[in-house]
Amino acid sequence: MALVEIRDVHKKFGRVDVLKGVSLDVEEGEIVTIIGRSGSGKSTLLRCINALESVDAGEIRVEGQKVYAGMPDLKKFRQHVGIVFQAFNLFPHLKVERNITLAPLLTGRIDKAKARALALDVLTRVGLADKIDAWPEQLSGGQQQRVAIARCLAMAPHLMLFDEVTSALDPELVGEVLKVMEAMAKQGMTMILVTHEMGFARNVADRIVFMHQGRVWEQGPPAKLFANPETSELASFIASAK
Amino acid sequence: MNFLPLWRYQNQLIDGAIVTLELTVIAALFGLLIGIAGAVALKGRIKSLRWLVRGYIELFRNTPSLIQIFIVFFVLPTFGLKLPAFEAASVALSLYFGAYSVEIIRSGLDSIPNSQVEAGHCLGLSGWQVFRHIVLPPALRNAYPAVTSQFVLLLLGTSLASQVAADELFHVAGFIESRTYRSFEVYAVICVVYFAMAMSFKALFALVGAAAFRWPRRR
Amino acid sequence: MRSFSLIDLVSLFAALRWTVVLVVLALAFGAPLALGLAMGRISRFAGLRWAMAGIIQVVQSVPLLGLLFFFYFGMPVFLGIHVPALVAVTVAYTLYTAAFLGEIWRGGLEAVKLAQWEAGSCLGLSLWQQFRHIIAPQALRLSLPPTVGFLVQLIKGTSLASILGFVELARAGQVVSAATFQPLLTYALVAAIYFALCLPLTLWSRSLEARLDGSR
Repeated sequence: MALVEIRDVHKKFGRVDVLKGVSLDVEEGEIVTIIGRSGSGKSTLLRCINALESVDAGEIRVEGQKVYAGMPDLKKFRQHVGIVFQAFNLFPHLKVERNITLAPLLTGRIDKAKARALALDVLTRVGLADKIDAWPEQLSGGQQQRVAIARCLAMAPHLMLFDEVTSALDPELVGEVLKVMEAMAKQGMTMILVTHEMGFARNVADRIVFMHQGRVWEQGPPAKLFANPETSELASFIASAK
Repeated sequence: MNFLPLWRYQNQLIDGAIVTLELTVIAALFGLLIGIAGAVALKGRIKSLRWLVRGYIELFRNTPSLIQIFIVFFVLPTFGLKLPAFEAASVALSLYFGAYSVEIIRSGLDSIPNSQVEAGHCLGLSGWQVFRHIVLPPALRNAYPAVTSQFVLLLLGTSLASQVAADELFHVAGFIESRTYRSFEVYAVICVVYFAMAMSFKALFALVGAAAFRWPRRR
Repeated sequence: MRSFSLIDLVSLFAALRWTVVLVVLALAFGAPLALGLAMGRISRFAGLRWAMAGIIQVVQSVPLLGLLFFFYFGMPVFLGIHVPALVAVTVAYTLYTAAFLGEIWRGGLEAVKLAQWEAGSCLGLSLWQQFRHIIAPQALRLSLPPTVGFLVQLIKGTSLASILGFVELARAGQVVSAATFQPLLTYALVAAIYFALCLPLTLWSRSLEARLDGSR
């Protein structure tokens, strides 16, 4: 059984068909990168996996459990699925440590005595142990995004979703975030990423999924997909992304 | 100009100032409670309740506070509800402050982007936890300047309660004036007392604000 | 005791005239003063900035009722001559208007980015030209909603003149109420008239505000 099973998912916003029958499996430990033009439905798909949006038809299962906005144990489910956003979404009124420990403490995952050690541990993994007492606003965009990743890691997720996490960053800050994600990939984390970073997709992903007009247009290992795209849409997308 | 005759009335002045403070604090507390309830109602699903709150806000913001005090004091008795001056002024000023508080609290809550709420939910927090730990603190900070300046306006506005003979500072002024015939001196002193109270509150609010909201502002 | 009649209604509306006169006088004298205060608040001279801030702070920290009484009783003391009540009251409302509008307009002026002044000076405009043609129009647009909002405060504030014996709307209400023993009807009418004056301004202010938010 795949960790994530997406079966014929449809989603409309008003009259616009965003997802028109998407099916996709993601195995445990797999790194899947979703690419495609803006409006192709890739971010929406990601948000559906985390039940931030509910699907109109079809179904999504994560670890065998059906996912939808009103599902029982939604909170428990989300504790196991981390999502990192384009805009970081750190909490401005909490220091880095509290940003990280808030959810583990409130959900009873850890007790107070272990909180700081946990924050220090995940911050070390993203290379920011020295920023544990900083306010988010005192950090650069790249550092904020790495704290956001650490915040997810503190929940010990089974699956991580990344929604264009480097798009809002200055070019010189992209590298440090990608490096952290690469390290996570090497440690065997299951990851689904939406990204415009073709180099990263090529080097780190096990599989590339090309979405077009609300469908999975083409998928496969990066080497094959980038070298020999089967469809003209993917070929022109690769050409334009270079 | 001669301020000396006023000296022996200092106890009355202090008593008046205390009543003014009581009136201000009571109206502020009840007004804020109204504000919170109103803001919740405005965000709620019951359409008729939303309209009721909107009507209340417009009614109380677009008529003079003085008339509102008169209505509570002079008109409610015709319905068999006769309130003493202080209580009548408290009710009227609470309703007046409440009408402003609803909007202040609502816009404070609205100032928190939905992405913050989403981020909280994605960490597995409950609706209440998200509100309490993620929405409320920054919303309070954003509403704080408006609430505190409205509070100072309320403090000054309690002077209107003198017109229904509530024993607050401005009414005491009238009493002293009637005894000493030193009209100008009395009101000059009264203005200074209000000024001192207003400035003290402003200083206090600045200190409390600096202590409570320490995180850096968005650049 | 007599019943509420047409005459009472007429006397209420006639009293509106004083409400209008007080508002117009306060704006006529207060607005230019407010502009001076606002410009002083953003001046290069620290002393001037502090002085203007001080004036605004003092006026905003005293009840409007206190201002009215202070000048009503104080002007004869200062000037040593009899001063008509209207003059004293106008002085108080003028200061009140100047302080609040001055602070609102300062906010508007400061909200215009520094780069706009620089852009103006790069085009070779004088300081006054920069203010007049580049900064002021933008600041006006930004501060129009709160300015209209203050107008509502001012209209409501004229009700306090009743306490000094001006037969404006609020005072006329008291008189009629006392004569007819119909406080409910009278005060409801008075409130309704104020409401009818203020609500359109409030709604206008809000729509201006919404338009500003939309264009940002």
